[in-house]
Amino acid sequence: MSEREPPGRVRVSGPPRRRTPAARTRDIDAETRLGGMFMGSLLREQLRLALGILAVLLGTVGVLPLLFHVVPRLGAVHVAGLPLAWLLLGILVYPFLFLLGWLYVRRAERNERDFADLMGEVDA
Amino acid sequence: MTPLLVRGLDAAPGIVAVTVVTMATLVIGTWGLRFSRTTSDFFVASRTVRPRLNASAIGGEYLSAASFLGVAGLVLTFGADMLWYPVGWTAGYLVLLVLVAAPLRRSGAYTLPDFAEARLGSRGVRAVCSVLVVAIGWLYLLPQFQGAGLTLRSAIGAPAWVGPVIVGLVVLANVTSGGMRSITFVQAFQYWLKLTALLVPAAVLLVVWAGDHGPVGDRPDVDWSMPLATGGGQGLYVTYSLIVATFLGTMGLPHVVVRFYTNPDGRAARRTTLVVLALLGIFYLLPPVYGALGRVYAPELAASGRSDALVLELPRLMLDGLPGELLTGLVTAGAFAAFLSTSSGLGIAVAGVLSQDVTGREYGGRRLRGITAFRVGAVVAVLVPALAALASPELGVARAVGLAFAVAASTFCPLLLLGIWWRGLTDAGAIAGLLAGGLGSGFAVAWALFAGETSGWPGVLLDQPAAWSVPLAFVAMVVASLLTRDRIPAHTGRFMVRLHTPEALELDRGPDRSSLGSDR
Repeated sequence: MSEREPPGRVRVSGPPRRRTPAARTRDIDAETRLGGMFMGSLLREQLRLALGILAVLLGTVGVLPLLFHVVPRLGAVHVAGLPLAWLLLGILVYPFLFLLGWLYVRRAERNERDFADLMGEVDA
Repeated sequence: MTPLLVRGLDAAPGIVAVTVVTMATLVIGTWGLRFSRTTSDFFVASRTVRPRLNASAIGGEYLSAASFLGVAGLVLTFGADMLWYPVGWTAGYLVLLVLVAAPLRRSGAYTLPDFAEARLGSRGVRAVCSVLVVAIGWLYLLPQFQGAGLTLRSAIGAPAWVGPVIVGLVVLANVTSGGMRSITFVQAFQYWLKLTALLVPAAVLLVVWAGDHGPVGDRPDVDWSMPLATGGGQGLYVTYSLIVATFLGTMGLPHVVVRFYTNPDGRAARRTTLVVLALLGIFYLLPPVYGALGRVYAPELAASGRSDALVLELPRLMLDGLPGELLTGLVTAGAFAAFLSTSSGLGIAVAGVLSQDVTGREYGGRRLRGITAFRVGAVVAVLVPALAALASPELGVARAVGLAFAVAASTFCPLLLLGIWWRGLTDAGAIAGLLAGGLGSGFAVAWALFAGETSGWPGVLLDQPAAWSVPLAFVAMVVASLLTRDRIPAHTGRFMVRLHTPEALELDRGPDRSSLGSDR
């Protein structure tokens, strides 16, 4: 269901394989057990990636309130003239969130490329 | 506030700023009109908006009065803990990116009710979602209109009703004439306007502060600059509840979600979200600067309960004469852009749902056509909260927006997450979860709006409901789905293919179920 005008489709042919490329997408279309396994592996990969990124988010940014609650002395620490909390929550957190997002996009697109390769279709 | 007559010429920069922003908005909106021809243009700009333009538009739409005025005011009054608001509003986009962005775009639906109906094949779920979209949209619009009243009162001494009326009229003009296509250009312009309007004065004011270090002997107290200095366990709960609401609520905001359908494909939706993360990160560096400077130069604003006006008044308090007036004009322009862009986005989202589910329906054998239904929907969408803003007391901009986030996190977040990642979701489960989360958080909102202050733990739990209402909604949705396993829609597998596989692959993704799918 691609909305834009699709670019001219290019078949990239390679050495013969045991399965013809079309057969794998057909497995998904026909909802065979094999097709279900292909879909399941894609979903698992993407979900694992997403949960991994969220775990990093919780383990870093997410523990800060607890950390400041348990160790109140941290609030008085100054780094480069700024209170630590302000440095972390006012400035450093934003590049960090972008970095996490950038990592995610790279990995997610790679997962999709791998899936497309698995389906036997290479599409730029 | 000094009345208008006494201030005299002081009002000039404010009047000029508001007039210029209003004119620019209308001109750009009209220019976009040339590109709007079909119903699909109206709703989703025919899904052809490129990531960078789209990200600017999302940023412009997302950075509301709460971001522009509210955060600085909260930081001024309550200190370091309030930094969690902008952090949460940005992190919400990261959560949206990793869990929702691409599948939501690939679902091919136009609105949240469209998504729910396509995923679960149920008109009932659709109806519940429509009600929730309108409720969240109105709850979010209310403080925008009130903030507009506050800005005009602060900048030019106008009566409080002027702001809502002007914003309402401009939004209506833009939304009804050009729909999503023209609003995209308007909102992209308004992101950059808002950034400039905070960045330039902040830089100048920091230079002033470096020169004089503020009134002597008036140092910020230590408690204020420390996180969780007061409040103990309750303070910790409030902070974490705020984190839950903002991290998970962003994905459920109607005006945010509708923007994703304007991306060409799922990959573009991800890249757009990444650019949004950068744009928000740059913007949110600035409000805390105002909050901290306000602590030095304008502590009386916090004491008198007018902290929302801090950004607007700080330039004049720190600088005399023409420079102060020019910077005041600039921040006023930015604030006004904030109301216009967020209100426009929400107006579009609510109007879209109203036109599909209310004004576009058949009544007595007659039925309004697509664009007419949309325009009628837009009038209703803007009129109701504008009138409510005139009638109801002021809540505090960031606080009202915070409640809208809590409701969104308690309803659409579980629906989207389970709908996208779990095959076992059923229509009965979805309705159970939406009702549990919606009624739970809705009760807390009603309490905040009408009953006022409650002390102790009950007050804290009602003030920040997300930490209990979100898990409640998830549990209700999962349990009710497990109990009604026989109702799992037959097309679930096919729909998962549609949500998760890259568009470049030729696969059977089932019929395009969105109500406007073929209209291009």
